[in-house]
Amino acid sequence: MSKEKFDYFINGEKGKYEVVIGLEVHAQVLSNSKLFSGSSTKFGADPNKQVSLIDSAFPGMLPVINEECVKQAVRTGLGLNAKINNYSVFDRKNYFYADLPQGYQISQYKNPIVGEGKVLLDMPYGSKEIGIERLHLEQDAGKSIHDMDPSSTYVDLNRSGIALMEIVSKPHLRSPDEVNAYIKKLRTIMRYLGTCDGNMQEGSLRADVNVSVRKIGDKNFGTRCEIKNVNSIKFMQMAIEYEANRQVELLEDGKEIDQETRLFDTKKNETRSMRSKEDAHDYRYFPDPDLLPLKLEQKFIDDLKKSLPELPDNKKERFIQEYGLNSYEANVLVSEKEISDYYEEVAKLSDKKLAATWMMGDLFAMLNDKGLNISNSPISAKNFAELVQSIKSGEISGRIAKEVFEIMVESGDNPKKIIESKGMKQQSDPKELEKMINEILSKNKDKVDQYKAGKEKLFGFFVGQVMKLSGGKANPQLTNEILKKLLKG
Amino acid sequence: MSNITNQSLSEILESIKSKKISSLELTQAYIKNIENAKKLNAFVTTTFDQALENAKKFDNKPNNEQLLSGVPLAVKDLFCTENVKTTAGSNILNNFVPSYESSVTKNLWNNGAFLLGKLNCDEFAMGSSNETSFYGNVINPIGDHLVPGGSSGGSSSALAADLTPATIGTDTGGSIRQPASFTGTVGLKPTYGLCSRWGIVAFASSLDQAGPMTKTVNDCSIMLEAMSGFDEKDSTSINKKKESYSKNLQDNIKGLKIGIPKEYRVDNMPKEIDELWEKGKKILKDLGAQLIDISLPHTKYALPTYYIVAPAEASSNLARYDGVRYGHRSQKGKDLIEMYENTRSEGFGDEVKRRILIGTYVLSSGYYDAYYLKAQKVRQLIKKDFDDSFTKVDAILTPSTPSSAFKIGEKTNDPVSMYLNDIFTVPVNLAGLPALSLPAGLDKQGYPLGLQLIGKALDEQKILNIGYAFEKNCGYKNEIKKWWS
Repeated sequence: MSKEKFDYFINGEKGKYEVVIGLEVHAQVLSNSKLFSGSSTKFGADPNKQVSLIDSAFPGMLPVINEECVKQAVRTGLGLNAKINNYSVFDRKNYFYADLPQGYQISQYKNPIVGEGKVLLDMPYGSKEIGIERLHLEQDAGKSIHDMDPSSTYVDLNRSGIALMEIVSKPHLRSPDEVNAYIKKLRTIMRYLGTCDGNMQEGSLRADVNVSVRKIGDKNFGTRCEIKNVNSIKFMQMAIEYEANRQVELLEDGKEIDQETRLFDTKKNETRSMRSKEDAHDYRYFPDPDLLPLKLEQKFIDDLKKSLPELPDNKKERFIQEYGLNSYEANVLVSEKEISDYYEEVAKLSDKKLAATWMMGDLFAMLNDKGLNISNSPISAKNFAELVQSIKSGEISGRIAKEVFEIMVESGDNPKKIIESKGMKQQSDPKELEKMINEILSKNKDKVDQYKAGKEKLFGFFVGQVMKLSGGKANPQLTNEILKKLLKG
Repeated sequence: MSNITNQSLSEILESIKSKKISSLELTQAYIKNIENAKKLNAFVTTTFDQALENAKKFDNKPNNEQLLSGVPLAVKDLFCTENVKTTAGSNILNNFVPSYESSVTKNLWNNGAFLLGKLNCDEFAMGSSNETSFYGNVINPIGDHLVPGGSSGGSSSALAADLTPATIGTDTGGSIRQPASFTGTVGLKPTYGLCSRWGIVAFASSLDQAGPMTKTVNDCSIMLEAMSGFDEKDSTSINKKKESYSKNLQDNIKGLKIGIPKEYRVDNMPKEIDELWEKGKKILKDLGAQLIDISLPHTKYALPTYYIVAPAEASSNLARYDGVRYGHRSQKGKDLIEMYENTRSEGFGDEVKRRILIGTYVLSSGYYDAYYLKAQKVRQLIKKDFDDSFTKVDAILTPSTPSSAFKIGEKTNDPVSMYLNDIFTVPVNLAGLPALSLPAGLDKQGYPLGLQLIGKALDEQKILNIGYAFEKNCGYKNEIKKWWS
């Protein structure tokens, strides 16, 4: 595969600009209960039904760390090839808001649980490493609802206190495509680990996007703007596009960029200033005296490391080695753990390469069409493998296979059963084929003569006749061979 | 029978056990005292009906196996009590009725006691005279013009006036020991983490600790045993085996080394305090203890350190009182910010506001390193002073306070002189150590003075034993005329 060149730049009159992007991804930890309380984290409950006295900050209530959330953060850190800190501290980030009951968010400031790591992206122009600055644990806030009543704001605290992992990247991203690949890669890793479901519609994955621009060749970063709380990859890409161009325009006009926090208006497709640096909150961070520093024993970390599942990068390498797939195929097939599981089950029972081709072709197209995913595919891995095997062994042709596939989708039946009951089996008996071919050749003596005289195009005509006579079941390869042999004689 | 209420808790428990008195009679006697003592303003809320009900229940089915069998107790209004209004002495919680019971009070009730009422205190436990309470100042039974100390002033006043057989307070910088000293009673601040903070309205989380306030050291050991214990709901709670402080209480202190720190002196300290300290030393020496001069060189930084750390934590702890979910909410204001401003302006008193401002300031960006961070470093040095000393001594003897009870209004306009009252008590909180204040004598005006015994972390038994021996040989007795009834 020929490698494309990276080409995301913004051309101004005064030069060509590079876009520098860093992400702060907020990933909701998969856990049954909240970070510091026993309340349920299940999505979609009625407002304020999953709120304990701790989540609503009643007097005298104290936080107690949920060990499972700590484990999930460590697992995620390990999945990001990051340093796990044996010592980390929970701090209070102080600010007033109606959906922040304590008047502070418990977060990690100077000493996060996870330090530097990295994520590998597969881009059309080669693989690219994105540095991770840190990952820390923090509480989510509740939700303010402004549109239920014209004069009041309602507050839903179900989300208040749910554990989030904030994953901060280094400013290594350079285009909306890289952001797309990065988010998807993070999502894949966390879904493999079972640490975050990555469901962006439900808000399990959101990001603050830091954008700056600089002229190509500049060593220093430009002034950055932070776009808050963007909850889909598409919006992130749109926001970056808009924001980078806005910044370039300012620079081209000889103006300065203000360091500020901006909001992305999805309706107008533009970013808007939310607050300037001067108005920035002074969060008055300090260590939360209600919680002791989090000390992790090395054994705790090592045990978690041992229990990690195979991660996408390793699995991809293995798929290439073990199944002879190319990098692109391997990439697609490891993108979701469920897909890779399905593939491996199919590959165990059938031709590995053909299985990959059919999965990425017909199977994915069908799932996509029907709005299904691999976990609820109407075709089981075992049946799919049998179909692949039937093609490979020559029992059915590729064309017939497509018909069988359609019937499998509708009926969920085993392909063998379909092939047999519908008589779709390929004719691969040389004697039978020879008999059929001889019949055709004797019926078309004139054409045989023309062929022998040099009109080789007629070969296709003979094949067509054989197919017609066999009802499409003649083995094409054998037919070709026998036909050639008989026409020579 | 008529004077059952001026007996000690242990004597009362004995009377109940031997059926000399019923729980109901006892409860009625205290109710009568409380009703006659309204002038002291020690109570914010009384729970007489509930107490009488509980007393009857006990009498019908007495269980004398418990540490506090059949005893009514009033507690500081900082402890959340299920279905009983809990105000923390503040207007902002004027209407607040918790649906839960603090771990410490639950421990008391699980040991056979029941609630008699909620005792006045400085607003959010911020004060040294009980004059910052929204419910008015409390009067010291020692004299109608005197403060009872603070912040557990309702507790000390009620105890000294025989309105409860024992009580509990909280101590962030001296709030148990100073009022005990001012009222001639015994007060213990336990090791940080010995008593759960769950369900106690927080002032400064890294310093707050609940503890007993009693008439005798023996009572103190009984109460401590009942209220302490590991609580998984408090992450700073110490997970250790429960001790039988009362069973193990003994008065042989021969050979124990008592440290005398040279830094526990302030300018213009009344001569009586020095004399009292000398008297304390002599008593312990006569009992066979060895006195050793020690130095706690960072003592002078304790008060400024405390007045950075405590307000910093308080400014954050009190952010939850915003009018959104419970407590007072101002009806004024056109948006959320104005609602906050009005709610908190109306809900908090001056001292609380002062500390929120100080705390917000010292945590602010640009000031954090100079104040909060530096204070934390000094705090470590103060702790290290104690650690070093405790390699040489078993306990440390100091005065509890630099003066006896002062007059109501005397210091209200001078916060710094008010803060100075905590100068001997705050180092202990910063170091997380246990300390016992014992009544030891009177000043020339006839007001009680206390001495403080500081122990190693979790060495409560030892300071209780020393206190027990001291008490037997000191001969101090509170002689309070019930001028209010």
